[in-house]
Amino acid sequence: MSRFRVPGRGRVNPDRPVTFRFDGRPVQGCEGDTVASALLANGIHLMGRSFKYHRPRGAVAAGSEEPNALINTRRGPGRAEPNTRATMQEIWPGLEARPQNCWPRLSFDLGAVNDRAYMLFSAGFYYKTFMWPRSFWDKLYEPVIRAAAGLGVSPSEEDPDTYASRYLHTDVLVVGAGPAGLAAARTAAEAGLRVVLVDEHAEAGGTLLSEPQARIAGLPAWDWLTAELAALKALGVRVMTRTTAIGYYHQNMIGLCQRLTDHLAELPADTPRERMWRLRAARVVLAQGALEKPLVFDGNDRPGVMLAGAAQTYLHRFGVRVGDRPVILTSHDSAWHAAFDLQDAGAKVAAIVDTRAAPPAALAGEAQARGIRVLAGFTATATSGRLRVRSVRVHPVSAGTVGAGEEIACDCLLMSGGWTPSLHLFSHTKGSLAWDEDRTTFLPADTPEDCVIAGAGRGLWGIAATLADGAEKGAEVAASLGRGASAPALPVEGDRTGSGTSHTELATDRSPSRARAFVDFQNDVTAKDLRLAVREGMRSIEHVKRYTTNGMATDQGKMSNINGLNIAADALGRAQPKVGLTTFRPPYTPTSFGAFAGYHRGGHFEVTRRTAIDPLAEAAGAVFEPVGQWRRARYFPRPGEDMDTAVARECRATRTAIGMFDASTLGKIEVVGPDAVEFMNRMYTNPWTKLQPGRCRYGLLLGDDGFIRDDGVIGRLAHDRFHVTTTTGGAARVLNMMEDYLQTEWPELDVWLTSTTEQWSTIALNGPRVAELLRPLVEGVTLTEEAFPHMSVAECTVAGMPARLFRVSFTGETGFEVNVPAPMGPALWQRLAEAGAPLGLTPYGTEAMHVMRAEKGYIIVGQDTDGTVTPADAGLTWAVGKAKPDFVGKRGLARPDLTAPGRRQLVGLLTEDGTTLLEEGAQIVLDPAQPVPMKMVGHVTSAYRSEAAGRPIALALVEGGHGRMGETVHIPMPDRTIAATITGCVFHDPENTRLKLAAPGGDA
Amino acid sequence: MLLIHCPYCDETLPELEFAHAGEAHVARPENPSAQSDAEWEEFLFIRRNVKGPHYERWRHTHGCGRFFNAVRDTVSDRFLATYPAGAPRPSLASLTGESE
Amino acid sequence: MTRFNAFNLVRHALTGNRNWTEQWPDAEPKAEYDVVIVGAGGHGLGCAYYLAKEHGITNVAVIDKGWLGGGNTGRNTTIIRSNYLYDESARLFDHSVDLWEGLSQELNYNVMYSRRGCMMLAHSVHDIQSFKRHIHANRLNGVDNRWLTPQEAKDYCPPLNISPDARYPVLGAALQERAGTARHDAVAWGYARGAAARGVDIIQNCPVTAIRRGPSGGVIGVETARGFIRAKKVAVSASGHNTMVMDTAGVRLPLESFPLQALVSEPVKPVFPCVVMSNTVHAYISQSDKGELVIGSGTDQYTSYSQRGGLPLIEHTVAAITEVFPIFNRMRMLRKWGGIVDVTPDRSAIISKTPVQGLYVNCGWGTGGFKATPGAAHTLAWTVAKDEPHPINAPFTLERFRTGRLIDEAAAAAVAH
Repeated sequence: MSRFRVPGRGRVNPDRPVTFRFDGRPVQGCEGDTVASALLANGIHLMGRSFKYHRPRGAVAAGSEEPNALINTRRGPGRAEPNTRATMQEIWPGLEARPQNCWPRLSFDLGAVNDRAYMLFSAGFYYKTFMWPRSFWDKLYEPVIRAAAGLGVSPSEEDPDTYASRYLHTDVLVVGAGPAGLAAARTAAEAGLRVVLVDEHAEAGGTLLSEPQARIAGLPAWDWLTAELAALKALGVRVMTRTTAIGYYHQNMIGLCQRLTDHLAELPADTPRERMWRLRAARVVLAQGALEKPLVFDGNDRPGVMLAGAAQTYLHRFGVRVGDRPVILTSHDSAWHAAFDLQDAGAKVAAIVDTRAAPPAALAGEAQARGIRVLAGFTATATSGRLRVRSVRVHPVSAGTVGAGEEIACDCLLMSGGWTPSLHLFSHTKGSLAWDEDRTTFLPADTPEDCVIAGAGRGLWGIAATLADGAEKGAEVAASLGRGASAPALPVEGDRTGSGTSHTELATDRSPSRARAFVDFQNDVTAKDLRLAVREGMRSIEHVKRYTTNGMATDQGKMSNINGLNIAADALGRAQPKVGLTTFRPPYTPTSFGAFAGYHRGGHFEVTRRTAIDPLAEAAGAVFEPVGQWRRARYFPRPGEDMDTAVARECRATRTAIGMFDASTLGKIEVVGPDAVEFMNRMYTNPWTKLQPGRCRYGLLLGDDGFIRDDGVIGRLAHDRFHVTTTTGGAARVLNMMEDYLQTEWPELDVWLTSTTEQWSTIALNGPRVAELLRPLVEGVTLTEEAFPHMSVAECTVAGMPARLFRVSFTGETGFEVNVPAPMGPALWQRLAEAGAPLGLTPYGTEAMHVMRAEKGYIIVGQDTDGTVTPADAGLTWAVGKAKPDFVGKRGLARPDLTAPGRRQLVGLLTEDGTTLLEEGAQIVLDPAQPVPMKMVGHVTSAYRSEAAGRPIALALVEGGHGRMGETVHIPMPDRTIAATITGCVFHDPENTRLKLAAPGGDA
Repeated sequence: MLLIHCPYCDETLPELEFAHAGEAHVARPENPSAQSDAEWEEFLFIRRNVKGPHYERWRHTHGCGRFFNAVRDTVSDRFLATYPAGAPRPSLASLTGESE
Repeated sequence: MTRFNAFNLVRHALTGNRNWTEQWPDAEPKAEYDVVIVGAGGHGLGCAYYLAKEHGITNVAVIDKGWLGGGNTGRNTTIIRSNYLYDESARLFDHSVDLWEGLSQELNYNVMYSRRGCMMLAHSVHDIQSFKRHIHANRLNGVDNRWLTPQEAKDYCPPLNISPDARYPVLGAALQERAGTARHDAVAWGYARGAAARGVDIIQNCPVTAIRRGPSGGVIGVETARGFIRAKKVAVSASGHNTMVMDTAGVRLPLESFPLQALVSEPVKPVFPCVVMSNTVHAYISQSDKGELVIGSGTDQYTSYSQRGGLPLIEHTVAAITEVFPIFNRMRMLRKWGGIVDVTPDRSAIISKTPVQGLYVNCGWGTGGFKATPGAAHTLAWTVAKDEPHPINAPFTLERFRTGRLIDEAAAAAVAH
């Protein structure tokens, strides 16, 4: 048994010893211990170092508000995390806990040299220096500051654990399973409501776990708790422990982070490390209790100086006496009980020092009965001890005068500055707070959300009061949901109610500017820092916080906010509400990134859309590229081929035989209805009225600002039916835009829009021998130039499959696009591959598609246009139906700047040496000799090596480009300037002779 | 995450099913070509950007697909009403019980 | 004003830091000013500073409804860069970076401008085309920005995952070495201190309720919670609240205000040496001097002034970070917060005269206002002082939304085909 373990106390299991490592040494605790309680059981108070001064620190709290005892926890490769609270981390055999922010070791840290020069490191000191010479900031000052800052060390390996995310809907969520929360849950559940009760600790009970002396409804508190939890279970209440309500979001959505494995020795298979719940509750009861405030005095941060309430928790919940010779320093009644209980557990309390002149006589009497010395109306001005507190200096205070001091030896100093409600989640709702002068704290007022606060969270104190309030709030919530409920009063014996006073810094006989009275322990913010900030003109608590970093440590001000506010208000001479409270932000306690990311990791980060034909491309060894959410085959390399070689081969095959391309990702929208043609007339720039069923047209879509949004070939299948294709990335946007205009601007039009992108597999076949391939396979259409000319569409069968066959080309060769029901795509692909093999059929990918369309000057919206390009800029004036009274974008096109001269226009570019390939994105100038900044007149949008053109080709947007044909422009690259000639956009077969369909039996 | 009542589906559903679609009751002019540049700018770009009850459009993208209108307080993010596209705009007084 | 330097730091330390004086007084409004600036963020305070310092106009008040620096100045992820595509943007932001580089010395206030470099990740062929276009344009504009291979990117930022098997593999990156971060609060405080030392009044907790115009239509002053303040000129720089303020003068703006969220991790020792942005996966990250990973999220889809923001967006942001930097999966989020950003249709700002004589506006900075702070402030001051725009901000007019001469950085980034 460890030296400080108290037999018979606590809820840990002394028969199940657990050995873990701390600071390289084995430490033994019991099952049920936290790292902090196990260390304290072994008399180890020194657990960490502070942020700025590297001061030695021990656990000051016993819960998630702990600012000091932060450790690195690890479980082998990849499973390490910094800044874990020793007070929350449960121990398991083999746990490795390492101290942080110290070198060479925890007990001797060279960084503590900062502590010697503390006067230099006052609040905001870094804003006032490190400015000369200027270059030293990047090279010297900042790296040194950064190396000194930070706490733990980031993980360096990928996390092997998994995380889950879940939804949960309930009538009532109760946050906090202390007396108020338990009672609220019980009342609401008995009213027939679905109830979820969550608590961040390993077991439910809250303060009851630290107050076994109480008797509730005639039962010892812990027996009552056991019975109550059983009753809740029987009522169907879902009790979730190790579950932190991290944030309160809109309309009663609460984020819950449930920790599932960090306390286990063996990781179970298939269990996530943490689970993030998005819980939606009709009503929320916040029963998060209250947090104890430290007292602010010189040396209040030494290891061994601890909150009295924490000492109670260590004693009663963990069976650990935090010291043999404690001194209690308090302004609140509650800490007296720590003295009594520790004395009863074998400690020798050196003194109870109360700042109040007249603490309750009953408490004083009880102290006297135990033979404990009481000093009332005293202050503390200093402590001693390097790695552990050894003594505290106390003085009587009368009429504001600090009298002669006395040094009292101790091995721990248990303080209490009173309690402050935990209002974090309430604050997340944008709820307003009201200052309560009596309690010197903020209490919850109004909130826009459907939530109530119960128990100590609204300033109530004691088990009886919080139980009653919880039951009442449970009934109130039930009533608001239309359920009758009764809130029975439970008799409580041994309840410890009490009150206290609030302080800024404790009175001292020393110069206040020398006192090291800590307010924010972790960030080393002292009372004098706060006063300095106010002196320097920081008047709002937000400024004070940011200037001093008070409340910005990993406890997010749970320890420091109210003390900081009281001191700042005092320094400003204004009431606390006038100074304001800094806003609490989610999460309530620091929460793993992994829990937020949940399943969205690796391949699941975002869905990967694949076509039905994709597996065949993969089997054929295709190299893929991401295009939006899709992955598309970029090229199909043969052994030994690089991309350029493969692409050249694919282009050659297409232009001499047949190329086959999976075009299934093209967006497809079915526009149907009596008014379909009118709708098309209004949406697209082109005229549609005269387009006959069975014919296709290139369609251009603008925004109402006049700029190009999308394009695609559109087939008219029937008088009232269009098959619209869009760009791959634009499908959802275009449909949304169409729906928007149809539903909200033209609801009188009788039209239906349906996304059919994933209903069709689309295979593009291009090349001079394509008719030879298709004629034997197609039934229902005669594939001749006369019967099925370029830009035709027909419903037919292809290889026996029902198909929509388009005669279109994005390569300049004779082209077809075969649409078959999506699941038939792979079969068709294989059938075509087999039938086409003797004809030289070759699959090609997006890269060859890009080359061939560029050779023909076909634009790609989003590559050759960028959202600032008009149809005229792109040379597409022919696609604009000028006679139409209106279409989307018509008025926008008439705006002054869209018709002004000097716009950038799409042209072709040929490098004058005939061999240099331009780089996409390269900028174009007219005068290559000008100095930087140069006047740029455009940029290269597309550039490819082209076998068909016999040289590299490019498309570019150039200022006034359409009027510059034949002119030379210059493309300055880092190493040289390239000259190029402006040309038209078509580099191959400008007469479109190759689009023609060879007659049956004719030569290819 | 907001909860939004789709007036067509008559269900209150999480925001993830919906897409915000900007200010409501900004009608595209009957005859755009008759609009001045300033009027067209106003239609395209000028928005009230209200702090408080805001008439706005949403689309139940992952549900019925319909566009509808809503009044939402942009300070509290609370919805005061949702109603079908084309329905007249409800007066604020009728929604808040206060005079405008 | 006590000069800030190491000598004074030591001198004051020796006297227990009792003799430091306030960095700026909390002024009560006077009856009249030459210039009233609405909004005491970095832009507004900076404008006052440059009005006083460069234009000799010191009878200036900066008025804010809350505390100075309490809006987006104190809520952003502090990324500073100038590798914008269009000449107009590149010039404005590069002007800012020029000012950033000397700002600590200029203000005698260490704003901790940290030249850490900003790397923008390319995840698709389309990204590569777009970034190359930026790089070439930047080079010819004299703005530094260069291309890195995936391995070079990893060498520059070791936590980066460059596995080709990633959902969005890193195909390369554009690096601007002159980019970086700064300490946001210090920028507001430094400008406030510098402006106040030159006679500017900084009036906090004083909401401006209306801009008043005289019979001729020109500005005559502002109505505030503390009464009417006469002013010859009024410059509005109130970020999310610009629409409301300008409405009172009858000037309607092409703005919408959206919630923007950001978050920090717990502080750790130096692990992340630069700024990394990925527009494709929406990840924006750097590490602060204090050691926190500072992470930007996107805007929520709906307009709002609630400063709340939703959980799904944050989940996506964190997922994006762990996608690109898997080693951070066990790091913990410490704090997340929201701001209100005003966004224009072309995602570029407006620094402009208005149709109302004597009324100027600086708005529409969207998610990118912090980096522009010195440049926006400097050119806004010029515009106010001379009643005509500085050449650098001349393109950033209100009129462009009527004529169609947009500066559309967002459209130029275009979307994947």
